[in-house]
Amino acid sequence: MEFWTEIGLPAFALPGLLNYWVAIILMMIGFYTVMAHENLIKKVIGLNIFQAAVFVLYISMAKVDGGTAPILGDDIEVYSNPLPHVLILTAIVVGIATTALGLALIVRIRDAYGTIEEEEIRAAEQEAGT
Amino acid sequence: MFMLATALAIVRLRNLFASAMLTGIYSLLAASLFVVMDAVDVAFTEAAVGAGISMVLFLGTLALVKGKDRASRPKDVLPLIVAIATGAVLLYGTLDMPSYGDPNAPIHHHVADLYLDEGGSETGVPNIVTVVLASYRGYDTLGETTVVFTAAIAVMLLLGRARRRPRKNGKKIDAIDPEAPV
Repeated sequence: MEFWTEIGLPAFALPGLLNYWVAIILMMIGFYTVMAHENLIKKVIGLNIFQAAVFVLYISMAKVDGGTAPILGDDIEVYSNPLPHVLILTAIVVGIATTALGLALIVRIRDAYGTIEEEEIRAAEQEAGT
Repeated sequence: MFMLATALAIVRLRNLFASAMLTGIYSLLAASLFVVMDAVDVAFTEAAVGAGISMVLFLGTLALVKGKDRASRPKDVLPLIVAIATGAVLLYGTLDMPSYGDPNAPIHHHVADLYLDEGGSETGVPNIVTVVLASYRGYDTLGETTVVFTAAIAVMLLLGRARRRPRKNGKKIDAIDPEAPV
């Protein structure tokens, strides 16, 4: 909020839950991408959007007004909560692992079916089945 | 806000290469947002891993796959309805949450205080995130390493020797060929 007064705008309070709402909207954009798009790479990208949105949600929870990063200093009283940071550090690394695995699977699917469109894969599958 | 715009652009774009690039920008924006929210360690990791490594992975896959998002427009509205419904439920859930930056939120008064007060003196490391990650929750980090290791092995198996075998064009063949020399 200080930011607004510093740049000369009238002080107005952002709704306290705005960060969470933005995170949730981002999440749903990612979710929609995963569900609606036929292209497998696009689906993985949607998954990434979803992930990052969850990270934003957690880090928003960790923020304390007037706090600093949780690195101990002599004349600092208030720190942000370190626990969500730890959780999200782990989540980021696990996220990249799943992304890598998903993309590797896509490469193999493309080798086997010659396409990465879900619909075409299904068609090829049915053709092979009959 | 920028993240919202970027995410929407990613969803709308047909060109996969541009989408992958925007994913990198999205991660970078997320990283700067983390700095604003005092999570410097997370910001480092997100910038390096999200914007760096995952971009390389996406571009590598695109080079191998060479695709374009062909589906002109998603046909059915069901995914949209499901997404909006889930979003509405989640938004309703946030109404009970403490507002952003509230120092009295329950999340800040469980074990976080303990870590902040004792962590530095117990381990001698000033960075509390590192203290928790490597010392108090060391087993979690070990598990995380196992996950990454497993994923690396899986990727190597998927993209390793087997991929270079010649195969019938366009026809589905079994991923594991029993006659193939091991």
